[in-house]
Amino acid sequence: MQFMKDRANLIPILQKAQEAEGYLSPQAIAEISQFLDISENDIYSVATFYALFRFTRPGDHIVKVCLGTACHVRGGERILESVERELNIRCGQTTDDFKFSMERVACVGCCALAPVVLVDQDVHSKMTPAKAKEVLARYKTHGEDI
Amino acid sequence: MTFKEIQHHAKAEWEAFANSEKPRIYVGTATCGRSSGALDVLNRIHAEIEQRAIDAHVIEVGCIGCCDAEPLVDIAKRGRPRICYSHVTPEIVPQLVTDYIVNDNPRPDLALCTIGQGEIDGIPNLFALPMFKPQVRIALRNCGYIDPGNINHYIANGGYSGLFKALKMTPEEIIGEIGKSGLRGRGGAGFPTATKWRFCHDAPGTEKYIICNADEGDPGAFMNRSLLESDPHFVLEGMLIGAYAIGATSGYIYCRAEYPLALERLRIALNRMQDYGLLGDNILGSNFSFHIEIEEGAGAFVCGEETAMIRSLEGKRGMPYARPPFPATSGLRGKPTNINNVETWANVSAILQKSGEWFAGYGTERSKGTKTFALAGKVVRTGLIEVPMGIALRQIVYDIGGGIPDGKEFKAVQTGGPSGGCLPASTLDIPVDYEHLAAAGSIMGSGGMIVADSETCMVDLARYFLSFTQAESCGECVLCREGTMQMLEILTDITGGSGKPGDIDLLLELCEAVKSGSLCALGGTAPNPVLTTIRYFREEYEAHVNEKRCPARVCKNLISFYILPEKCAGCLICMRNCPVDAITGGKRMIHVIDQHKCIKCGICLDVCPSRFNAVAKVSGEQPLTPEDPIPVGSWGKTS
Ligand SMILES: Cc1cc2nc3c(=O)[nH]c(=O)nc-3n(C[C@H](O)[C@H](O)[C@H](O)COP(=O)(O)O)c2cc1C
Ligand code: FES
Repeated sequence: MQFMKDRANLIPILQKAQEAEGYLSPQAIAEISQFLDISENDIYSVATFYALFRFTRPGDHIVKVCLGTACHVRGGERILESVERELNIRCGQTTDDFKFSMERVACVGCCALAPVVLVDQDVHSKMTPAKAKEVLARYKTHGEDI
Repeated sequence: MTFKEIQHHAKAEWEAFANSEKPRIYVGTATCGRSSGALDVLNRIHAEIEQRAIDAHVIEVGCIGCCDAEPLVDIAKRGRPRICYSHVTPEIVPQLVTDYIVNDNPRPDLALCTIGQGEIDGIPNLFALPMFKPQVRIALRNCGYIDPGNINHYIANGGYSGLFKALKMTPEEIIGEIGKSGLRGRGGAGFPTATKWRFCHDAPGTEKYIICNADEGDPGAFMNRSLLESDPHFVLEGMLIGAYAIGATSGYIYCRAEYPLALERLRIALNRMQDYGLLGDNILGSNFSFHIEIEEGAGAFVCGEETAMIRSLEGKRGMPYARPPFPATSGLRGKPTNINNVETWANVSAILQKSGEWFAGYGTERSKGTKTFALAGKVVRTGLIEVPMGIALRQIVYDIGGGIPDGKEFKAVQTGGPSGGCLPASTLDIPVDYEHLAAAGSIMGSGGMIVADSETCMVDLARYFLSFTQAESCGECVLCREGTMQMLEILTDITGGSGKPGDIDLLLELCEAVKSGSLCALGGTAPNPVLTTIRYFREEYEAHVNEKRCPARVCKNLISFYILPEKCAGCLICMRNCPVDAITGGKRMIHVIDQHKCIKCGICLDVCPSRFNAVAKVSGEQPLTPEDPIPVGSWGKTS
């Protein structure tokens, strides 16, 4: 996509850059800074404001545990903890082998099926700690083909 | 093409479809359907009819709102209503095809309801279902009924006739019509839409903007997502009407990035509008020109607030700024800007398609029309509903929602998300409108409605919302930034078992400070969940602080798990599933949990077979148990 040299396009450009690389690398920020003629500092100040943007390389699979209200009252925190245990990382981290990253999200709009875990684009609904273990095991063994 | 020609063409297509000799199959593929496997079902249907050489129409539709019954598939035959089948799996598809399409057996045992004119023996009509009976559908009228990707379906069902009518009216007349309807903003605050439009219309300047707020930040709400996925044109038509009334030339839809399907359907809808001359220069041959761009949010709740949203659209940090000047006079790029919520825009379309007076026929004195709610949490039938303003909360929870599952007791209903409050059983009979909800300490909000039962801890729920607002506070106002942090710390102490006497009063004091010292409504309303839970459930706070007890048995530091020796059959299941090896035991030995090792994950309780039911979750009590495993049957015999 072609962008105009307009500050208003900063966020869409950052989104495109993250889509391409999975995160905002220092090089990407430098290039955007040149293109839009705004300082890298300024870009970081905007990018760090928004939860969407990552600044380190994520894992191959991104596990997002929903902690929206519906998921919370149906035990979302228990699911979060079981995913942390299973992957042996804390929320916000990436496994050493770069297979999994883990994040929390606030509502993906499937509240009726709470609690919910997203792995990449797939929604897994009505989770229990045991089911979470099972789901993750599938991604662990099948690796890339899922 | 003139609009009459477009309408003619659209109606011809719709009629040909609706009266087709071929059977029609509708698959609900909104996000809730997809997460229950609707796409697999859709693929299976395609494969099945191809393999058996059955000539049928297969279309994708949005969500009728029965999220817990997904995936939903409707089958219709000529001259008969659609039959809606629930919980459809790919495995059941061949059976449905054989039974109903081939052998004409409608399978009432698998059907949820019929949709549309006509009756089928043994299957109730949609609006005869308890979930639908009290509902009135204005904003959601097409959801699940038409193909959201097909603009002709929308037009054939009255779509864009509101715009067509508006283009023949003066802006003042349109604003007058909206005024007559009594429509108030559906994004939360309930500001009268006509008044807002008039400000922006009267503001000097030739360049004006319209924004559709599709940020849907309440973390337990999905009304806007569902509407955009199921009927995007309904929202877009409203934007055009608003733009014409106000004199705007461009518009933005600010939509959460977490809603990829809504974004996709919006993009398709904009292209179709362009094809028909409903967007761009000289719309429908008039001298009205309007362009719409889609902007994806980047995961900041505060950007749902209008001034923060404007900054975000300008490529800046989304921090709210002080009003006045209001966006209506100086908004995006300093130009007059009008922001309305997704549902507000859909209502605008409905009002222009029918009339202000018709809309005002629903609702109460000061809250007109209907409101959509995302009903979720501890309720039997979760989903998306639309009810006339003034309906009692009780009717929503019990008649529509079917009450509380598993025979548990109702405790509260939370409306308005992080800006709203928790309403107890004593408020179940208040009418749902802006004023009554506010008087009870909550707000209408954008439509999130979460039901809590006896196993929901109200202190924990307040802590949950505070953790949300604290994390989402943009940090600009000291009292919002630091005050929510302090409140969260106190709530974390209380739920963690280290609450002190005086904490509750200190919380109340902080609530007032944060309320009065915040620029925007994020801080201004953040205390609401705390205030309402203290107001209605103070004894629950006191149990945590004074007795170190969580009555709902939720707060981890205040609960323990025990294996009841008189019930344990020594089956080893919990022992094998414990992630931290805190359970000792053996075959036919009564298992014992090491309380020091236990991380209170609750898995033992989940996996203990219901015929034994041997795991107890307790707070403030300690059942008698052996210290080490002993043979099953020996408990109580030796002592
Ligand atoms: C922190 C915060 C978050 C908000 N989030 C939303 C939102 O997600 N969607 C929305 O329509 N309005 C939201 N609002 C309200 C908007 O500021 C604004 O009032 C609304 O979009 C106006 O539209 P309406 O008059 O049609 O309701 C939010 C307000 C605040 C203070
Ligand atoms: S709260 Fe988890 S999907 Fe809405």
